[in-house]
Amino acid sequence: MNVATHRLLAALAAGVLFGVGLVVSQMSSPAKVLAFLDVAGNWDPSLALVMGAALLVTMPAFRLILGRAQPLFDGRFHLPVNRAIDLRLLLGAAIFGIGWGLAGFCPGPAVAALGSGQADPWLFLFGLLLGSWVAGRLPPTRQ
Amino acid sequence: MENFTPVSAIVGGLLIGASAALLLWLNGRIAGISGIVTGAVERGGEPRGWRWMFLAGLIGGGVIALLAGDQPLAGITGMSGPVVIVAGLLVGLGTRLGSGCTSGHGICGLARLSPRSLAATLVFMLMGALSVYIVRHVVGG
Repeated sequence: MNVATHRLLAALAAGVLFGVGLVVSQMSSPAKVLAFLDVAGNWDPSLALVMGAALLVTMPAFRLILGRAQPLFDGRFHLPVNRAIDLRLLLGAAIFGIGWGLAGFCPGPAVAALGSGQADPWLFLFGLLLGSWVAGRLPPTRQ
Repeated sequence: MENFTPVSAIVGGLLIGASAALLLWLNGRIAGISGIVTGAVERGGEPRGWRWMFLAGLIGGGVIALLAGDQPLAGITGMSGPVVIVAGLLVGLGTRLGSGCTSGHGICGLARLSPRSLAATLVFMLMGALSVYIVRHVVGG
C-alpha cells in the first residue's frame, strides 16, 4: 500500500472513532444537546463532560504531535493560518450558535445520525450545504 | 439533573478526542466537521478523497454505535421540517463565516490554545444557550 492509501484508511478510522464517540456521548440526540444548552430549564451538564474529556486527550496529544517535524502520512501539518478575531469570525460563530440552539444539531452529530432512520439529519444537512454555499459566495472581508 | 449521564459523556468525549488526535498525528489534518463536509462537496484545489473517507467512517461509526446501544432519541429534533432546514442553513452559513464548528474550534482549536477558537467557542455556546432560552422560555413559555 502506498502513502495515499494510508491517508484514506487513516481518515476512515478517525471517522469511525468520531462517529462512535458522538453516538455514545448522545450528542447525536438533539434533545440531549438542547438540555445542555437550556441553562434556565432542567439543565443537563453532560455535554460539558464530552468536551472536557475530548480536550483531556487533544490538549496533551496535539502538543506532542505538533512537536514532531511532520505527520506520519503527509509532508506537513495542515493548520489554520488566520489568527484574526474579526467581525466575520464572531458573526459566524453567533449565527452558528443560533442555528445550533434551534434544532440541537451541529455538523458532526447530524452526519453521525444520517443512518438513524430519521429524516431530520438529512433535512439539516440539506440546509447546512445551502447555507455554506451562500457563505462561500459572500465577498471576503476587507483587510 | 436526573438526566445527567456522566459516564457515557466521558467515554464518548475520550473517543472523539482520540479521533482528532489520530487524524492530526497520521494525516496532519484538523478534525473540523463543518470544514470537512464543505471541502468534500466543493471543487477546489484541496484534496477531497480523505474527506469522503472520514465522512463515510463518521456515518458508519454512528450506525455501529446506534445498533450496539439503545438510543431512541438519536436524530430526532422534535421540530418541523422547515425549522430543521432553517437551523441547518444558519449552521452552514455561520460555520463557513466563522471557519469552524464545535469540533474544529471547540475541540481542536482549544487544544492548540488558539485565541480565535476560544472567542468563537464562547460566542457559539452563549448564542446557543440564548437561542434555546428564547425558543423555550420566551416564545414557548
